[in-house]
Amino acid sequence: MSIQSATAPPTVRQPRRRPAQRREGMVGWAFMAPFALLFLLVFIVPILASVKESFFRQVAAIDEGCANPLYGCTTGAADEVVTSSFVGLDNFVYVLTSEMFWSGVGRVMLFGAVQVPVMILAALFLAILIDSTVIKRVTVFRLGYFLPFAIPGVIAGLVCTYLYTPELSPLSEALGWFGLEVDFFSTDLMLWSMANITTWTFTGYNMLIFLAALQAIPGELYEAARIDGANAWQVATRIKVPMVRGAAMLAVLLSIIGTVQLFNEPTVLAVRNGWMGPGYTPMMMAYNTAIGGQISPSGVGPASAISLVMAVLAGLLALVYILVQRRLAK
Amino acid sequence: MSAALPTRRSTKVLTIIVLSVVLIYFLFPIYWLLLASTKSNAEMTTSNGFWFADEIRLKENYQTLIAWTRGHFWRWVGNSLLYSTVAGAAGTLISVSAGYAIAKFRFPGRTASVGIISAGLLLPIALLTIPMFIVFHSLGLTDTIWAIILPSCVSPFGVFLGMIYADSSVPTELIEAARIDGASELRIFVDMVLRLLAPAMVTIFLFIFVATWNNFLLPLMMLNSDALKPITLGLYGMMSYFDPTYGAVMQGALLGVLPLIVLFLGLQRFWQAGLAAGAVKG
Repeated sequence: MSIQSATAPPTVRQPRRRPAQRREGMVGWAFMAPFALLFLLVFIVPILASVKESFFRQVAAIDEGCANPLYGCTTGAADEVVTSSFVGLDNFVYVLTSEMFWSGVGRVMLFGAVQVPVMILAALFLAILIDSTVIKRVTVFRLGYFLPFAIPGVIAGLVCTYLYTPELSPLSEALGWFGLEVDFFSTDLMLWSMANITTWTFTGYNMLIFLAALQAIPGELYEAARIDGANAWQVATRIKVPMVRGAAMLAVLLSIIGTVQLFNEPTVLAVRNGWMGPGYTPMMMAYNTAIGGQISPSGVGPASAISLVMAVLAGLLALVYILVQRRLAK
Repeated sequence: MSAALPTRRSTKVLTIIVLSVVLIYFLFPIYWLLLASTKSNAEMTTSNGFWFADEIRLKENYQTLIAWTRGHFWRWVGNSLLYSTVAGAAGTLISVSAGYAIAKFRFPGRTASVGIISAGLLLPIALLTIPMFIVFHSLGLTDTIWAIILPSCVSPFGVFLGMIYADSSVPTELIEAARIDGASELRIFVDMVLRLLAPAMVTIFLFIFVATWNNFLLPLMMLNSDALKPITLGLYGMMSYFDPTYGAVMQGALLGVLPLIVLFLGLQRFWQAGLAAGAVKG
């Protein structure tokens, strides 16, 4: 599998006698330490803390007669009236039985099932076109396609919100010339309007991954193909596509992971489209559960449970993808 | 490269057409951003959506932008610059140092470190944000710059790249030679290794810089005060105003991506190097 082989141990020095070995170990750790400590603070401790928190729920003790005392009625002193109590698996039961959660999961799955293949195939196609020497000056295309990657998701979402708004949109204007009226914000189209934004942002990124893999193919393979009388199409389908399988695997895995945590674009689009609600994607639901008490039960306990369930789902998806990929490769 | 394959003229023309149409798709929103930032609300609906209006209202929109953000706009851009630069620089050093350790030293826990970094590469980072918020809140670090900078410094991808580059471009013999000459480990690292890894460091810096600049969920969770917001968060707040001046928001968006575009175009060859290392080795 690609990631594992990628991280196969690089050069390791010859075994030595003990004092030298010990010294080497200490120096190695000294160089490793800053990353290790921060990794502990930012990855390990939070994961452990959220596992712990997922078994607790915060209960507001006083302020009776208030519908949502934690966020609604007390100001500033919320911490003092809140007590944390152990609720066992309640948070997980809440997540797994929540209709909002599953419709969010369904949405991102549908989104990923369409958007990821479209994006990856488009990226592969463009990479092959650019790598073929049919045209000479490719820098403009390479840079132009990759440029959207430098645009933050929030800003892309913002620009596209306006680009999709019927009164402002040059797209609606152009479609109008053909007598078409398309509402990019309709409940049916929203998911695909969003898919368009992420495709716009990340196709160039994936294309560069493929381009790098294509350029690493040894030239002799092409020589051999030419002698055998292969045409450009045959070279592309019989040599290039199979040779970039590793890169494709990586690109798809990264895209699946990206889809699972879809947050920025839907959050921005939801500003203008209240009907999307606080839980359009699971990550939005996690955020709105943790902050602001928009979803009940609110607090970090239920939000942690959502994060953990999503992490498990992401792991499962990646695993299934890797297994399918392996079987197909045989 | 398939240099010698014969191609027909029609193939060439068709390729250019396809590539150009796709180029328009990718560049149009950026072009439109430029147009929109010069228009008033009325012009946005009445004027040609593909060209400038008769009057260029760059200045009016700019004034609206500054007034609306209560003068915070440039502070937000400055915050983004600060967070991204500090996280980028510190994160690069930390990553290269860890990558060097894994590539060139044998220490207990080394194999485990490699495994954890691989897992970290595949972990959906956004899912960590709420757990991180819990920890940072209990440490009293929320609503401080550390809540943004510390998490942004940690880049498994950076360590991964550092490891690959250190393995391929730092000769073990050179380190051995320096040791025999009596150089300390720190000196070897600072004077030799960092120099040899300079191209890799630019790449890692770029990736961390852009990831930090683009991050939205982390500042959204961690920060409250207006004075600490990065530009992404500031613009998001602006967007939710009732009846906004679109041109002003678009100008904010444009100014908020300009630093990234400059960095992107200036250092573009390093991107490819980074993605290549991931793709080809991967």
